[in-house]
Amino acid sequence: MGKNLYQKVWDDHVVGQLESGQYQLFIALHLIHEVTSPQAFGMLKDKGLGVAYPQRTFATVDHIIPTTDQSRPLSDDMAEKMIQVLSDATEEAGIEFFAPKSGSQGIVHVVGPELGLTQPGMTICCGDSHTSTHGAFGCIALGIGTSQVRDVLASQTLAIDPLKVRRISVEGKLSAGVTAKDVTLHIIRMLGVNGGVGFAYEYAGSAIESMTMEERMTVCNMSIEGGARCGYINPDQTTFDFLQGKERSPQGAEFDSAVERWKSYASDADASYDDEIVIQAAEIKPTVTWGITPAQSISIEELTPDPEAVEGLDKDLINDALSYMKLAANAPIKGTKIDVAFIGSCTNGRLSDFEAVAKLIEGRHVASNVKAIAVPGSEKVDVAARALGLHEIFEAAGFEWRLPGCSMCLAMNPDKLVGDEICASSSNRNFVGRQGSPTGRTLLMSPMMVAAAAIEGQVADAREVFGLE
Amino acid sequence: MTGMKIEKVSGKGVYVAGNDIDTDRIIPARFLKCVTFDELGPALFYDERFDTQDNSKHHVLDKAEHSGAQVLISDANFGCGSSREHAPQAIQKFGFKAVIAESFAEIFHGNCTTLGIPCVTMVKTDREMIAKIIANDPDTDMIVDIEGLKVICGNHVFNVEMKDSAREAFLAASYDPLDTLLVAKSAVEETAKRLGYA
Repeated sequence: MGKNLYQKVWDDHVVGQLESGQYQLFIALHLIHEVTSPQAFGMLKDKGLGVAYPQRTFATVDHIIPTTDQSRPLSDDMAEKMIQVLSDATEEAGIEFFAPKSGSQGIVHVVGPELGLTQPGMTICCGDSHTSTHGAFGCIALGIGTSQVRDVLASQTLAIDPLKVRRISVEGKLSAGVTAKDVTLHIIRMLGVNGGVGFAYEYAGSAIESMTMEERMTVCNMSIEGGARCGYINPDQTTFDFLQGKERSPQGAEFDSAVERWKSYASDADASYDDEIVIQAAEIKPTVTWGITPAQSISIEELTPDPEAVEGLDKDLINDALSYMKLAANAPIKGTKIDVAFIGSCTNGRLSDFEAVAKLIEGRHVASNVKAIAVPGSEKVDVAARALGLHEIFEAAGFEWRLPGCSMCLAMNPDKLVGDEICASSSNRNFVGRQGSPTGRTLLMSPMMVAAAAIEGQVADAREVFGLE
Repeated sequence: MTGMKIEKVSGKGVYVAGNDIDTDRIIPARFLKCVTFDELGPALFYDERFDTQDNSKHHVLDKAEHSGAQVLISDANFGCGSSREHAPQAIQKFGFKAVIAESFAEIFHGNCTTLGIPCVTMVKTDREMIAKIIANDPDTDMIVDIEGLKVICGNHVFNVEMKDSAREAFLAASYDPLDTLLVAKSAVEETAKRLGYA
């Protein structure tokens, strides 16, 4: 019996078993940022410990960095302090820090892949749940808490239980106007927000295999929203082509031998899985959330659920969600007026996201009732987009083109909803208050669907608005 | 920093109802602006407990009869969402020593364990029974017995489950794994070398 990728990467990186029954896992790549990591350096200091493998950790700032003016000191004193603590701590430890204006700053899950730091067969950790993004390259990529950031800094290892593996095969061809974001929202809707607890998700099948690396990252990014600690896709030629020539990828002959090693991590044809699911790509439609969890979604053609049609706790959940969202039951989501449109985040803030939208919005304009912002995922994405003139297309269409950061995905910087504003968002979470206002409302969707909503001033079917066939 | 063995946790309980209570609800992102976790207690469930003018919404956690509760009880998929350790830190700093739920999100569960907060799972009917007992008498003493995998509430005994490795770690006082991880220094070096990481 062969092994799947998870088992191979796990076996390679296990240092030993601990008395509790957990395993000690070596971490190949550790990424840190200003919100969940500065505290870990304080913890190390309290214990009189240093950083064991500083060359295996990389830092950047993304969560609190403003997207309008990033000149230092930042106007928010605590934000400034958090960045300074991270900057000082990384300098002292000898950790490379991709600071603002370095040319490499950005959302941690955009930066790792675009620099070529993220490579197949690695174990990757970061104090952020969307670390699952890096699984797109065939990695075990785990979000961790701050005490675990401390553990990785001090020992380059993690105490952890192994996961089961569920293979989710998406077969066939996606229809026009259906994107990687719709695939992941569809999977979460099917399996639930806690369907993945205890599992790593292996995404497979022809629809996944034909995706670009950026699309694969979108799918793996949201694994955690389905409860899975991580998600991955077997590395293939698409992966290797993406990595070739990247700043931190192996170069020349070393690249060729790396590719041979990377290939060996892919799941064997006769590998076994703890669970397997097959989804037909043709069934997936442009998807929008109507509620307060990423699983509370419907296709653009459907009606919001009817709480009267279900019993017990489900009824309460639907009622609570509709009431928070101020949406009617059993009503179309299409036509819901929006106040804000946000394109960005570690889910959909990469060059291809902006390229796809730019093509559609060129010559059109955002509705007068909508504030629309586009936030590139990194300085490199910003530079590449500007080189293509994308920022001008966005600005001409009425979007603000901002500086890189997490921005309105979690609204720790000044980009926040006000009151009960409703936002068409390409981000990953629609939790209560997620976008910075305790009564703010989020509708998750693909960047294309955000663009359609921005132009129409209301939730719309991108296929109709842009004539996609 | 390996702490004391945790075999039992006792105290008053309080039931915060709801499935899929995410870490943004447990602690809204604006409270993540900090360089230590020391001051996070008051931020627990802030937007559930207070309106935008900081007036109390009379949340169950703020009811006088539940003041000083040490066992938090909730429903399915508790702690889903972000990896922010600020969430279990806020729970602990608020005064809670154990959490009972239908199920837990994975990263949250791991963070709680490392901080010495046992997370145990209990079936819905039993949680409902406990909620009733607490409603009748908020001062009812609860004991979460990690060793015996039981919860005692008043005159009732309920079965609970927890992850084997977490239970072992609480009973062996190794739930904060750092010291253990540091012991294997030479094995770590060998692994790094073998994989070409050193």
